[in-house]
Amino acid sequence: MADEIATSETSSTRTEVLERVVVRFAGDSGDGMQLAGNRFTDASALFGNDLATLPSFPAEIRAPAGTLPGVSSFQVQIADFDILTAGDAPDCLVAMNPAALMKNFQDLRQGGTLILNTDAFDERNLAKAGYQSNPLEDDSLEGFRVIKVPMDELTKEAVKDSGVSGRNVLRSKNFFALGLLAWLFHRPTEPTIEWVEKKFAKHPEVAAANKMAFKAGYTFGVATEATKTTFEVKPAHLRPGTYTNINGNTGLAWGLITAAQKAGLPLFYGTYPITPASDILHELSRRKNFGVRTFQAEDEIAGVGTAIGAAFAGNLAVTGSSGPGIALKSEGISLAFMVELPLIVINVQRGGPSTGLPTKPEQSDLLFSLYGRHGEAPLPVIAAASPSDAFECAIEAARIALTYMTPVMLLSDNHIANGSEPWLLPDIDAIPDIEVSFAKHPNGPDGAFLPYMRDVNTFARPWAVPGTPGLEHRIGGLEKEAISGNVSYDPANHQLMTDTRAWKVANIANDIPLLEVAGEEDADLLVLGWGSTSGAIRAAARRARLEGRKVATANLRYLNPMPTNTSDVLHSYEKILIPEVNTGQLLKLIRAEHLLDAVGINKVAGEPFKVSEITEKIMEMTK
Amino acid sequence: MSAPSYTRADFQTDQEVRWCPGCGDYTILASVQQFLAGLNRNREEFVFISGIGCAARFPYYVNTYGMHSIHGRAPAIASGVATTRPDLSVWVITGDGDALSIGGNHLIHTLRRNVNLKILLFNNQIYGLTKGQYSPTSEVGKTTKSTPFGSIDYPFNPISLALGAEASFVARTLDMDRTHTQSILEAAYKHEGAAFIEIYQNCNVFNDKAFIQISGKEERLHNRIDLEVGKPIVFDGGAKAIIIRDGEATIVDSSSVDPKAILVHDPTRPNPSVAYALSRLSHGPYGPTPLGIFRDVARPTYDSALNEQLEQALEKLGEGDLKKLVASHGTWTVSPEGNGASGNGSKS
Repeated sequence: MADEIATSETSSTRTEVLERVVVRFAGDSGDGMQLAGNRFTDASALFGNDLATLPSFPAEIRAPAGTLPGVSSFQVQIADFDILTAGDAPDCLVAMNPAALMKNFQDLRQGGTLILNTDAFDERNLAKAGYQSNPLEDDSLEGFRVIKVPMDELTKEAVKDSGVSGRNVLRSKNFFALGLLAWLFHRPTEPTIEWVEKKFAKHPEVAAANKMAFKAGYTFGVATEATKTTFEVKPAHLRPGTYTNINGNTGLAWGLITAAQKAGLPLFYGTYPITPASDILHELSRRKNFGVRTFQAEDEIAGVGTAIGAAFAGNLAVTGSSGPGIALKSEGISLAFMVELPLIVINVQRGGPSTGLPTKPEQSDLLFSLYGRHGEAPLPVIAAASPSDAFECAIEAARIALTYMTPVMLLSDNHIANGSEPWLLPDIDAIPDIEVSFAKHPNGPDGAFLPYMRDVNTFARPWAVPGTPGLEHRIGGLEKEAISGNVSYDPANHQLMTDTRAWKVANIANDIPLLEVAGEEDADLLVLGWGSTSGAIRAAARRARLEGRKVATANLRYLNPMPTNTSDVLHSYEKILIPEVNTGQLLKLIRAEHLLDAVGINKVAGEPFKVSEITEKIMEMTK
Repeated sequence: MSAPSYTRADFQTDQEVRWCPGCGDYTILASVQQFLAGLNRNREEFVFISGIGCAARFPYYVNTYGMHSIHGRAPAIASGVATTRPDLSVWVITGDGDALSIGGNHLIHTLRRNVNLKILLFNNQIYGLTKGQYSPTSEVGKTTKSTPFGSIDYPFNPISLALGAEASFVARTLDMDRTHTQSILEAAYKHEGAAFIEIYQNCNVFNDKAFIQISGKEERLHNRIDLEVGKPIVFDGGAKAIIIRDGEATIVDSSSVDPKAILVHDPTRPNPSVAYALSRLSHGPYGPTPLGIFRDVARPTYDSALNEQLEQALEKLGEGDLKKLVASHGTWTVSPEGNGASGNGSKS
């Protein structure tokens, strides 16, 4: 078998050079669409494109084959410039069956390319997808560039000598589709072939079948000139340096490991599996040689409980979950706040309430993060804006938790968690150390240890870990007397302690960067966002500027406390637009705290904003 | 460094002990302090974690490291301490409501994992701190504030529960008997792994004399069954004995059976069936009831297994290198000239 693939040099196809292209793979959840999308992404990353991805999968692991609920998809935008989102509408859609077509067709750009596996368009599958007539035969696909491929048959033929047999043969058809796309978009083929060889090294027949299918897909494009036009997206002019492709859950996990090393502390992660946060546990559990201890607890409450114990014992302690799990942890988080121990609480938000849309993104836990506790328990809250920002936010959450002896809420969401982007590798040595000093000596008169004697600058109480001689002390959920830490029911003391705890958190505002604004100084409109809307907001502002509108943008990473210049910045714009994937939570906060007549654009449809949706609103507001 | 020398006073704090006068908790506190002083182990190496309830005030009165946490969660919090700090001796103080009702899940999973914790369950068969509702160990029919017509809840047998939860050490003692309590504490302390001790504790305000059958001067002579390692199980001055018949532990007149048929107590049996059978001799302290160690077997502890995995990873992979970690998913380089990108798609 020749390892080279025939190239298209001799063909009569034309190559169109594009600035950017959006490709979506869609098929049954067992069709390997996530894998195909990831391979296409990696090959594009290695080629040097900028990119952003948006996977979308059903909550069911294997919904009945051929049905609409079983459709899984993966969208990637590749570009020769720095893009900010995974794209609004696909330019190219791969549909492996009628259900995938039915569910995704309406998103395809007018005139876009459609690659269909015609073998799957039988009566049964058409009926399952709800088609009255076969779209391959009627005129419903008119106006699109349709490439019809009998993918089952061609895959079977291609892999017949691989050693794979029976039903497993068809498992390689995602690689056939991937090969065809590699041809259509001039993707390098070596990275995919190398990956297959490595990944399936223990199953040479599977490796052979996947390679054969991939090459057959590529060759199919060349030989049949499946379309007269192929597309090329040149490498992006990214900042020089070494890049990797990263998703948000990995970004958080690596950020935590980095923070632990920079603080000189062992990392502890107490958690309970939940979508879409589980991958943080998976990644951390592999990193035991970094001194990482993961604890898969019996429930969410024990997840935060073990983390509180680990914090008391002197670890960088973290618990992670998604909305429903955070609700269960709420009492524990209040305890951590009361006993003033450092703790990071990660909430990878998903569609709610209750089980809601567990595999879809939403930003609807902002007010819950800020206020979802009994008693007066303000917490620092910071939100990651992208997968690479997740890395930095994890380090920042650790810095705040350890410096101020407080739990910190660290927000991500399903869009960031599973979406990916190129990440310029950080200069590890340049990341500053996080200063941690355990109490070693008594701090009171006559050799007494006073666990609530505070640092004059940070208001943090001392961290005296078990095993330290002479500093034996008890903490707990009952109100503590200032300084001594003894149980106290004194009314004036409760007032003092409540105010002190709030002040300690509010004072963190002096230790975080100012809110930065991007765009025109004299803009009429500021688009303010937080979390994963950041990319779409910047992209929308960019488009509006091309139309001559004056727009500024800002991303609030620190939601509590907010940067000290927040009010000044917000008041310097005539109009403020706040896009959120919720019904207006930051909007409510900004209106309440800063007495501003800000306007929201809100959506809770199980998907991120399209850039066009925000652009439209900007255009309307800057008329 | 020489071993420290302590007295009970070294384990007392300056906090006023605020249990009701006559509460069994005072006796247990004294037993524990006395026991700790006798270990000659540095005071700073002990950690006491409690949940919520009358018993949960305990850590405030013991001069070690401690945390009075939230209802039912002490085993989880203590697990976080014990799994990351094998150098410490970690104790959980809990009650029948705390451990068996709101915190039941944490208790069973902590026992199953065999985390190196010593769990002292003060069982008074009533809710004290909330002023007198029935608990998951209260007897059926019990009239309390929340059960004016009598409780219809079938109670747990804490020993049976712990055995069913795969506990590697299970024992029962009585607040009033400080010698017995301290001998059980000693055995639990020596046990590697989770140790579960049910302590019958009298609540003289809301459930007085609940354990009178075991503690009463007259009653205990007939009802207290002492499980002594290596000895035939007899009680009532030797008049009664325990045999295994049809798979059950059965009380018989000693004179009616061959002495060789009397069950010889061995808590180290790998199979917990006999220990379970003994736990079923009574479903509460209402008649002949065993005290002592039901089970004491060696099983790898969660914390040592976890820490071994860390050591093995370190040995196999070397100390974690952040620079390698962030490059482990394949990288590509953008050169300063612009367009060129060269990649290394390998995954580690």
